[in-house]
Amino acid sequence: MKTLLISEYRQGKLLESTYELLAFAKRLNAESAMLLIGSEASLPDFGGKVYFAEAGKYGEYNPDAHKRLVMEAAQKEKPDYIVFLHSSYGWDLAPRVAAALKTAQISEIVGVVDGRFEVPACNAKLRRLVAPKISQSILTIQPGAFTYQGEARGTPSLERVDLDASIQRIEFLGYEEAEKKDVDLAKAEIIVSAGRGVGKKENVEVIAGLARVLGGELGATRPVVDAGWVDHSRQVGSSGQTVAPKLYVACGISGSIQHIAGMKKSDFIIAINKDKDAPIGEVANVLAVADVMQLVPALMTRLSK
Amino acid sequence: MKILVCIKHVPDMESRFIVNQAGDWFEERELAFRLNEYDEFAVEEAVRLKEKLGGAADITILSIGPDRVVEAIKKGLAMGGDRGVHIKDDLVYQKDPWQVASAIAAFARDKNFDLVFTGMQSQDRGSAQVGADAAELLDYACVTTLVNIEISGDVVTARRELEGGMRGIVRFKLPAVVTCQMGLNTPRYPTLPNIMKAKQKELLTFPVADFLKVDSLVVIEKMYPPEKKGRGQVLEGDVNELADKLAAILKEKVPALR
Repeated sequence: MKTLLISEYRQGKLLESTYELLAFAKRLNAESAMLLIGSEASLPDFGGKVYFAEAGKYGEYNPDAHKRLVMEAAQKEKPDYIVFLHSSYGWDLAPRVAAALKTAQISEIVGVVDGRFEVPACNAKLRRLVAPKISQSILTIQPGAFTYQGEARGTPSLERVDLDASIQRIEFLGYEEAEKKDVDLAKAEIIVSAGRGVGKKENVEVIAGLARVLGGELGATRPVVDAGWVDHSRQVGSSGQTVAPKLYVACGISGSIQHIAGMKKSDFIIAINKDKDAPIGEVANVLAVADVMQLVPALMTRLSK
Repeated sequence: MKILVCIKHVPDMESRFIVNQAGDWFEERELAFRLNEYDEFAVEEAVRLKEKLGGAADITILSIGPDRVVEAIKKGLAMGGDRGVHIKDDLVYQKDPWQVASAIAAFARDKNFDLVFTGMQSQDRGSAQVGADAAELLDYACVTTLVNIEISGDVVTARRELEGGMRGIVRFKLPAVVTCQMGLNTPRYPTLPNIMKAKQKELLTFPVADFLKVDSLVVIEKMYPPEKKGRGQVLEGDVNELADKLAAILKEKVPALR
């Protein structure tokens, strides 16, 4: 079995997440080749074939051109699977390639069972086992689901891929930091985070109070930040900061995949949530099933005694 | 400007999900359904654009599914859509994203929409494929995961959300498909008069066979709850007892409390 792995490259650098693709290929017991649209100054530590195109020529984000380059490499390699990360790059590009090749796509794979693929549904409360009906299909894998352990190290052999004509329907103007991070949550030993379950903006102060009593920092989920209840600099998750404190207290957080990706490496996790089946329960060491706005004030009276 | 907004009706994610008898989906009875959160951003953005254009836009709200999806379409109309399109399919859960996108593209093909809005993914299946698939089929420009969008004439400048708090800024021309991410806007609550007005708006219904001409590319073998591995301690019961237990755990774990 052969896989073509589509590496990730941003701001002049190969992204480490690229190696998760190699871990996935190993899980499939597949041979792998890579496609890198990047630069020779930042090649993967991978001793196989790398189809290579210059980001200087084709851009870091130019999905119409990148689609054609993936198709070009696939035509040479004839892989059984073309594999992307389920990331802002991968979920954007993969379906374009799938639709152009009229082939199947399976998104956000978290496991492999007898050659079929396990994907989450309904905020990870359910899973589905799915398989493509046709060969040379497209897969995207959930970031963090397959961990690289130093497979396939070495120096790649490059084979250049090129397009006859330049295509640029979407012009890339540049990057920007969403907001300055003045709180470095990554350094905090204790984080107490507020989720949508706190109910309203005024209640965030209660959660911040618990953080103060514990000598920790306040964190928050994406919806709480988007609602303007907590500053963006405190957002935990794949679109905010990734943290691994000694203690993480999740208050009213159901546990979206993106949030869990940002905090699951914490040493000890306490979750307070009224939904016993919430996915946060899968990573929590202790899940207290309760309304967070009843339990936290009751807890505070005991801690301040 | 002709605008199409593609929306999905999904179960409330706080629900307790039970796998159905066939083992290929969840039991839909007794679940509360709502407009997919990401599609709500899509409807809101379309309505804001129409307002900005002084009303010089026409918004079609499309959904595929059983009769219950009309509820989501009506919400879209109450938020400011002009017309609803219900592509009726009682077995939409068995269709793969490619089929759903093909049906949308078949509906949209001869209608010359300038801009198609949809959510970046659905909350139930979350494949993040349908918008980009439909764009490919229509040969429209496509940009996904938008958190900001500005339109001037037929030129769109938009910001895509990347990982770790980064954004990518892009510019492209209409016609286009854009997929909306959380943070793009704060959707309005439909007012009672607008809910009443929505009931008078045009609602077209088509059988899915009118637009769906392709087979699925993916086999769904089964659906099941995830294995509960490494699950920790679950504390349930009276709030005061829970507070006692949590306080004891925290006093053991937290230096500041010692």
